[in-house]
Amino acid sequence: MDLFFQLLINGIIVGTLYGVVAMCFVLIYKSTQVVNFAQGEFLLIGAWICWSILVQFEIPFVFGFLLTLAFMAALGIFIQMVVLRPMIGEPIISVIMVTIGLSIFMRAFSNWVFGQDTVGYPDVFGTSSVNIGGLQVQPAYLMSFVISLIIMAGFFYFFRYSRHGLAMRATAFNQQVAQSLGISVKQVFAMAWAISAMVSALAGVVVGMVNGVSSALSFIGIKVFPAVILGGLDSIVGAVVGGLIVGVLENMAEYVDGQFLHWGNMLTIAPFWVLIIILVVKPYGLFGTKDIERV
Amino acid sequence: MAHATAETTAPPTPSPGAGESILSVNNIEVVYDDVILVLRGVSLEVPEGDIVTLLGPNGAGKTTTLKAISGLLRTENGEVTRGEVRFMGENIANMSPEQIVRKGIFQVMEGRRIVEDMTVVENLRLGAYTRKDGAAAIKRDLDMVLDYFPRLRERTGLAGYLSGGEQQMLAIGRAMMARPKLILLDEPSMGLAPLLVKEVFGIIRKLNQELGMTTLLVEQNAKMALGAASYGYIMESGKVVMDGSQADLLDNEDVKEFYLGGGGEHRKSFKNLKSYKRRKRWL
Ligand SMILES: Nc1ncnc2c1ncn2[C@@H]1O[C@H](COP(=O)(O)OP(=O)(O)OP(=O)(O)O)[C@@H](O)[C@H]1O
Ligand SMILES: [Mg+2]
Repeated sequence: MDLFFQLLINGIIVGTLYGVVAMCFVLIYKSTQVVNFAQGEFLLIGAWICWSILVQFEIPFVFGFLLTLAFMAALGIFIQMVVLRPMIGEPIISVIMVTIGLSIFMRAFSNWVFGQDTVGYPDVFGTSSVNIGGLQVQPAYLMSFVISLIIMAGFFYFFRYSRHGLAMRATAFNQQVAQSLGISVKQVFAMAWAISAMVSALAGVVVGMVNGVSSALSFIGIKVFPAVILGGLDSIVGAVVGGLIVGVLENMAEYVDGQFLHWGNMLTIAPFWVLIIILVVKPYGLFGTKDIERV
Repeated sequence: MAHATAETTAPPTPSPGAGESILSVNNIEVVYDDVILVLRGVSLEVPEGDIVTLLGPNGAGKTTTLKAISGLLRTENGEVTRGEVRFMGENIANMSPEQIVRKGIFQVMEGRRIVEDMTVVENLRLGAYTRKDGAAAIKRDLDMVLDYFPRLRERTGLAGYLSGGEQQMLAIGRAMMARPKLILLDEPSMGLAPLLVKEVFGIIRKLNQELGMTTLLVEQNAKMALGAASYGYIMESGKVVMDGSQADLLDNEDVKEFYLGGGGEHRKSFKNLKSYKRRKRWL
């Protein structure tokens, strides 16, 4: 039973992280209508950049991390302006091909520059685990969980109360309406990519601290698809819930498989089975919206 | 140069009122998709502090005129190809809507176009997006707007669930939040029950009297519009075909027949028979 709870907790912790990356994905989809298949590569690049700054320059973690965020914001804006802006008005499938291409390019680039081996982060936290209610939790895991929650609260505040958050929602609702209010749609698009890249990088750094940095980081981008589709593509709350479901499912599948079934590899694909079932029952996902219709 | 052509080709436009014009549209031509010519020389003046109305049948080009002023034309691949739009002395033709909102012109689009998945207060706060005068001033205006529209104060759900009249009030309130110098209203009466139309027009008049809100009002409901405006223009197929003060237009036999319903015995000469047939469709 202990193992069960241990895996449940793992699932929740990993799930909140998936939730964060899923939010980043939804942020881009909602405000710019681009399905970003390169979301996972933002984690990868972010984690590598931060790692190399820390190792190369031996500066305090905080500064290295801030530099990474600045770099990622610039990268996000660059990609939006140079790669995706010319694609406005092109068919969805072309835009998808472009982001898939982007993902392949970024993965190859990071393999080329940083290699394919897994490297550990300089120790920021001790290794001894913390005991919570009889369960052993690594401090890095705890940190990951806390950071994820802080990011979620930040998103909530941003979209609810900040001027730019409202502008993004208005743009997501209708670009012409947003423009009639004096909002620059170009600026909103760039901001969406910048925020998405920065927050994804943050998630990448967190995972890097827990598991080390390697090309495997970009697989989180793939795990995030069932999460966002479960949640309904255009819902930030749905992304969080979807992420949690995927995280917990994965770990529960591991538990069931390890204890009873011994099929192997069920771990990675369980979320996709559930995805299919949910889409059959609710085609717009759990939280996806159709337009409001007044009755 | 553009101004010179305006002088020579535009029909002489009598000045609407005594006040200084805050907006003057000089003989503009508008083209959509590089080929569809929709406005063929439209000129009009809006004096500061007045309500001016722009009337005309479906497809006359009223909305296009407003979009040429607010810059929203751009979002539909339209362009002002001739003439100029002078706002407080500056030619703003073909500027981006972001720039024009910042200069003080705010268009309330046809069909209200509030952000349906936001609350009333969020919609109102969006109206203040371009303002730089601080949270306190915006909060004060938010309270003021809600005082003008007390019904909105009680609505805490999503704006998409408001009634048509409430949505129109929200759209006007959102425009007020920008503190514009000129507000462009596109068919505020559209789809509203007669009683609500009265209420909305009451508010438009009140805003004009109490806050000095300069308004350019596009309407199909000529009776209501001429009740509120001090000056009016009538457009047909991309041109201004008539203009005059409130009293002149209300008195005019053609206007009575074609735009106010009834009056003027057997007159078919307003423009041609086509507009006579059109009348049933839009009055
Ligand atoms: N985006 C566009 N692209 C091409 N043509 C357009 C576009 N918008 C309007 N038009 C055309 O321009 C003409 C004038 O349209 P406009 O919407 O300005 O008329 P309106 O006077 O506002 O009519 P209504 O009373 O029906 O709102 C119409 O013939 C219309 O088909
Ligand atoms: Mg119109």
